[in-house]
Amino acid sequence: MSWIRRHLLAFAALAVLFYMLIPNVVVAIFSFNNPKGRYNYQWTEFSTEAWQNPCGTPGICESLGLSLRIGIVASLVATVLGTMVAFALGRHRFRGRAGTNLLIFMPMATPEVVMGSSLLTLFVMMGLPSGGGAILIAHIMFCLSFVVVAVKARVASLDPRLEEAAADLGANPVQTFMRVTLPLAAPGIAAGALLAFSLSFDDYIITNFNASPSSITFPMYVWGASTRGTPVQINVIGTIMFLIALLVVVTGQVLSNRRQKAA
Amino acid sequence: MAEQLSGDLRLQGLTKSFEHFTAVHPLDLTIPQGSFFALLGPSGCGKTTTLRMIAGLEDPSGGRILIGDKDITTTKAYQRNVNTVFQSYALFPHMTVLENVEFGLKRRGEKDSRKKAQEALELVQLAEVGRKKPVQLSGGMQQRVALARAIVNRPDVLLLDEPLGALDLKLRRQMQIELKRIQSEVGITFVHVTHDQEEAMTMADTIAVMNAGHLEQLGDPATLYEQPRSTFVANFLGQSNLLRATVTDVPGSDGTVVVRSHDTDLEVSRHHVPDGIREIFLGVRPEKLRLGTSGGPNQLKGAVTDVSFTGVATQYLVRMPWGRELMVVQQNDGSARAVVGENVTISWAAEHGFALDAHQDADAGAETEDDRG
Amino acid sequence: MASVSTGAAHPLSTGASAPPERRRSNWVPYALLLPGLLWLTVFFVVPMVTLFSQSLQEGSVDEGYTFTGNIGIYAEALQGYFPQLLRSIGYAASATVLALLLGYPLAYFMALRAGRWKNILLVLVIAPFFTSFLIRTLAWQTILSDSSIVTETARAIGLTDLLQAVGLTGNDNLMASKFAVICGLTYNFLPFMILPLYSSLERLDPRLVEAAGDLYASPAQGFRYVTWPLSLPGVVAGTLLTFIPAAGDFINSKLLGNTQTVMIGQVIDAQFLRVLNYPLAAALSFVLLVLILLLVSAYVRKAGTEELV
Repeated sequence: MSWIRRHLLAFAALAVLFYMLIPNVVVAIFSFNNPKGRYNYQWTEFSTEAWQNPCGTPGICESLGLSLRIGIVASLVATVLGTMVAFALGRHRFRGRAGTNLLIFMPMATPEVVMGSSLLTLFVMMGLPSGGGAILIAHIMFCLSFVVVAVKARVASLDPRLEEAAADLGANPVQTFMRVTLPLAAPGIAAGALLAFSLSFDDYIITNFNASPSSITFPMYVWGASTRGTPVQINVIGTIMFLIALLVVVTGQVLSNRRQKAA
Repeated sequence: MAEQLSGDLRLQGLTKSFEHFTAVHPLDLTIPQGSFFALLGPSGCGKTTTLRMIAGLEDPSGGRILIGDKDITTTKAYQRNVNTVFQSYALFPHMTVLENVEFGLKRRGEKDSRKKAQEALELVQLAEVGRKKPVQLSGGMQQRVALARAIVNRPDVLLLDEPLGALDLKLRRQMQIELKRIQSEVGITFVHVTHDQEEAMTMADTIAVMNAGHLEQLGDPATLYEQPRSTFVANFLGQSNLLRATVTDVPGSDGTVVVRSHDTDLEVSRHHVPDGIREIFLGVRPEKLRLGTSGGPNQLKGAVTDVSFTGVATQYLVRMPWGRELMVVQQNDGSARAVVGENVTISWAAEHGFALDAHQDADAGAETEDDRG
Repeated sequence: MASVSTGAAHPLSTGASAPPERRRSNWVPYALLLPGLLWLTVFFVVPMVTLFSQSLQEGSVDEGYTFTGNIGIYAEALQGYFPQLLRSIGYAASATVLALLLGYPLAYFMALRAGRWKNILLVLVIAPFFTSFLIRTLAWQTILSDSSIVTETARAIGLTDLLQAVGLTGNDNLMASKFAVICGLTYNFLPFMILPLYSSLERLDPRLVEAAGDLYASPAQGFRYVTWPLSLPGVVAGTLLTFIPAAGDFINSKLLGNTQTVMIGQVIDAQFLRVLNYPLAAALSFVLLVLILLLVSAYVRKAGTEELV
């Protein structure tokens, strides 16, 4: 009786996991499809054509490139700014802590529709053109809060006595920071950067508000495709993304396990 | 759900083995109802595993557990009338102290749970902290709350898993006395697991010394201390000086027997020597040794190599001609202290020695790992 | 989830206390905060203010806008689009509850029962999150399409009839229905529910559950009195991280729904980018925002957690 009960939880858990992974599996399967019409809903016949020609559809790889570029720059800037804020929050005393926390929290509580439209309004009023620059600014803005949360958790668990020990052994503040603080905070910062990149890369709503015809990001391309016709290449790229994500996350786990073993 | 039982706690052939090793070899133990019982041993000896099996938190691989006549081996933990004071206290952080103490009573649907909980807090002298949360209390107070939480349920057996480990010395001594007082007041069987032999001897009526999953010796503190039956017990409880010796057939004066050790004739009480053993370790506790000849007929000569003044006593290390150092502890009763390098005679009475079979590890039990944080 | 073992943390602390006193010059924290907070102020706060002011203006794209303080626009917004607002809150709430019901067992299993499989499961939960959610949502179109295996099976076992009876679908298809939209919403935000839950449950001291059992609590009671209350911070975080974006979402309803499932996000998007009625769109945005904030603060006050960030 308790055997069933104990395994009931496992079954339920795996069922939910299945529900979460099914779309990825479907995307992968249908990347091998050769659909009849414009859309890729029904399985017609097996074909590796899309895999052999991943950039075959016009615009898809350009949009991918733009998303990558924006993602990298946005995550870089958001990580730097966010890490600084996280350090301030996690290790210093200052006035206005409550206000700062509120300001950081607000973007996470605001629907993307509202953030996107408000930025559009501002840019229009300022006379700033839509396009890559506007998108970049927007992405940095909404990624910042997430980086702060990711890094702050890590920073808060750092033992200040380690830095004191470094100072006691003759390291000046810069050396202490570079050789003690930063390496210890690195996993949190890496997690924040990764989070920022994926949020930026995957964003549609805010990007859509601030884009121009010449700045089509990958999500925008996919959205357009959903109305025009979905080329199989989308599935190919989706599957590649999933595999890369798996690889990155597994690597992260292995590295952190190794660090824990060494500790 | 849980009936009120009474009777001795009996472990019959209780075993716990894992894939690669056996934590507890078949253990037979009877713990009298209402006594203060200690399971003593170094870390990894199986005492905590045994305790958890009694609590129902660990399933035995074999054997039985009985309280009185009732076999509780297969009863689940939450249905046993046994409560535990955990090493980490395990107080529920999201409940107040009073709610913590009430917890067991409420789960059993007892009336007046609040009143009984308050009384338990008074028993441990924490009547005023009922409304606080555990995190607001000091370690010592948390420990007392954990005790109240267990005791309030009036279990048949109360288990204590090294509850005083995290406290500082003074507080620990205080709590040892407190626990003894509470146990005699409430009359519940206490089973106390500890690696601290002083603690066990202070508090318990009976001690079971465990080593590597086996029961080494069972007895009251005095017997265990004065008449250890293995080198492990001799070294684990207090300190022992062990000398290799051979039993001769020569009778000594007045109920003793002569043994020969390092070219010297020494005497030891006949009833301290295990039957049929020729090669023995002759054991003497440091406090039984005297500097000078006034201690007794057994005499050895050596040179002082270390003098440590501990306030209450002075501890000497005296090197024997064959290289081994003997430890002598003398109370500071005003008699003259020896100095390093001085040649001294050590003496002791025949009845102060004990004999152990020489076919065992002379250092067993001597190295105790400090496993406190 | 690796953490540095410090030995400095109090076993029962929540880590929410203020940091230790730093005897440095006072300007350091402010210098650290300035760039990030400035960015947020300029590109978040100011736009919000602008948006609010936009809502109170009148005019058109061609003629330009003038500030008239036209509060009536809010009444107009509420009256005209109340169904969509209510629907959005409703869908988001349903998706959140479903995500909690589905996510809790998985998070619990991962944190407390999975042992050495824990990391693999974590990878499988996180990895999809990093791949384009649009593509994955499009996949639901395939999965729930009218001739797919899933839909055929649902028809065969009578599920479609059941869904139609309770009003979740309009016909014997699964696609283009309320059911599909909520299904998609739940799917999209499950990781946001699972990760905080997992984090909270992972920090649970298993000895507390043991202690509960020792004190006569059955496994069910142990869950109710110890595990659940101690996982509440994770539950609160998870429900917030799910509900808030779900309320403003329109991707799922656009891709998986029909004209009866239009959510407020779609309306705002349309008003801004197609109809070009900026004041109305801005007003709708603020109504949505205020509604969410009211619900969130009521919820948080009831759940009683202080630290959200």
